[in-house]
Amino acid sequence: MNAAEQLLMNAINMQGVGKRYGDHQVISELDLSIASGESLAIIGHNGAGKTTLMKLILGLARPSSGRIELWNQAVNGGSLQGRDSIGFLPEAVSFHGGLSGRDMLRFYARLKGETPGQCDELLELLGLSDAAGRAIRTYSKGMRQRLGLAQALLGKPRLLLLDEPTSGLDPFLRQHFYDIIAQRQAAGATILISSHALTEIEAQTNRIAIMKNGRIIIDGSLSQLRAAAALPVQIVLTAAPGQRDALFEKLARERGVNRVGSEQCELLCSDTDKVSLLHRISAPQYAIEDIQVNPPRLDDLYAYFVNSDEQP
Amino acid sequence: MNTLGILARAEFQEGLRNRWVLASIVILATLAFSLALLGSTPIGETRASPMSVTTVSLASLSIYLIPLIALTLSFDAIIGEQERGSLLLLLSYPVARWQVIAGKFCGHLAILATAIVLGYGAAGIYIGLQNATAPEDWRLFIRMMASSLLLGAVFMALGYLISVLVSARATAVGAVMALWLFIVVLYDLLLLGVLLADSEHMLSSSLLGSLIAFNPADAYRLFNLAGSEAASMVSGTAGLLEQSMLEPWMFIGILLLWTLLPLLLALLVFQRQEL
Repeated sequence: MNAAEQLLMNAINMQGVGKRYGDHQVISELDLSIASGESLAIIGHNGAGKTTLMKLILGLARPSSGRIELWNQAVNGGSLQGRDSIGFLPEAVSFHGGLSGRDMLRFYARLKGETPGQCDELLELLGLSDAAGRAIRTYSKGMRQRLGLAQALLGKPRLLLLDEPTSGLDPFLRQHFYDIIAQRQAAGATILISSHALTEIEAQTNRIAIMKNGRIIIDGSLSQLRAAAALPVQIVLTAAPGQRDALFEKLARERGVNRVGSEQCELLCSDTDKVSLLHRISAPQYAIEDIQVNPPRLDDLYAYFVNSDEQP
Repeated sequence: MNTLGILARAEFQEGLRNRWVLASIVILATLAFSLALLGSTPIGETRASPMSVTTVSLASLSIYLIPLIALTLSFDAIIGEQERGSLLLLLSYPVARWQVIAGKFCGHLAILATAIVLGYGAAGIYIGLQNATAPEDWRLFIRMMASSLLLGAVFMALGYLISVLVSARATAVGAVMALWLFIVVLYDLLLLGVLLADSEHMLSSSLLGSLIAFNPADAYRLFNLAGSEAASMVSGTAGLLEQSMLEPWMFIGILLLWTLLPLLLALLVFQRQEL
């Protein structure tokens, strides 16, 4: 199989996958495919089944039903085939505390059959060069997380599975982290990230899937998600000095009108009516000084999908 | 380097780092030297050489100590990594589960071997320099060291089995303690109790011998204390071996079986385990 052929096929194919631990159905009837080179973020509460999904993809847990394929090869727990093309960052990993960061990374490089030479490069990339010789037990949470990412990047894997990768990272490091991921994606890697916060994923991934109780309740790009939710847009209008109450009277027939502060009114409208509404109210008699349009926030979107999914 | 070697090396280095290797060497050397010094004190007229006296007394104490060290090294092997979350990561690498078990086992065995060779070996050399020691005495001493390693391997394999069976580290600690107590201490007491109750002599002495030899700790004891003429003269266990009608090599076979079976079982359990 050459690189060009791999590009044409899906990196991950899951059909009707279910996973049950005892009485607990962790994953049910899950269909998911991720094209080669695509990046998908799985969002869900803790316990929604995100980690189990990754274990299933890695072949470390066996599906109770359904079929999982990586690059058209059925995943089989006993086989090591394809393992060296996967980089995995588990949630909350803790390494042998006594080892130095560099030694730890070299250990994993050897296991993957990679030259230890690239370890220093990766440590540099993640800003761990200065700490590379120190024992991991002296590392901060963010440093451990970066070391975890470094091992996942060993050997330039074609598929990156990252379970809650940015927990413990400050906003600056988080951005750096997503830059690295974007570079890998540009180089052709397929990315699967899990997270419990939609806000964090914004603009980082092509595709978002929201998971609840072991099922994917919606899957699409951010704009597709917005369209599907059809949440109203909030429009905040600043009236000319002393004109706020007059403005409020004129808007009385609009949806969700409210007075805000001493100079502003807010109202809601559907995304499709937005432009015509703005046309109407920008007429001189409304005496508006400023208009602010707030599309629905990601938190609202997430809450909407999770709450509107009323499955028993 | 192959996967097994990488894992074994990592385990051994971990042992060096957390001072396990050092601690084991110190414990075994302290034990061996104190016995060597005691053994060379002229207490009375004895036909046995200081070396064979030390070999016998060292073997009888190793029965308690070596299993303890082996179990402490091994009980954490799988369950510890599982609790830390590093097992999930390790198994996401191109590493087969049998390689994880076998690699860690080799690494742990190397730690124990280092401790035995350096700890006991140093004491052996000390006695050898202090006294005239016959080659036969050396042979017995080295035999004792090798069988001590094998005894350690038995308990290590049992520790691995426990490590894959339990679902929490704390359970594993309790289980290895109970196992040690039963095999090393209680088993013999139970046999003794049966023997005392058996006033009708229902138990043939060959059955009794087999029952004793079935216990790995006793197999080790018999191999070292009764396995050679010189040693059995010192320890007074010559009769026991004759009763059991077992050859010395059989004890080694018993120890090997006690190593391979639990290890194989641990592998089977681990192989089916889901994370």
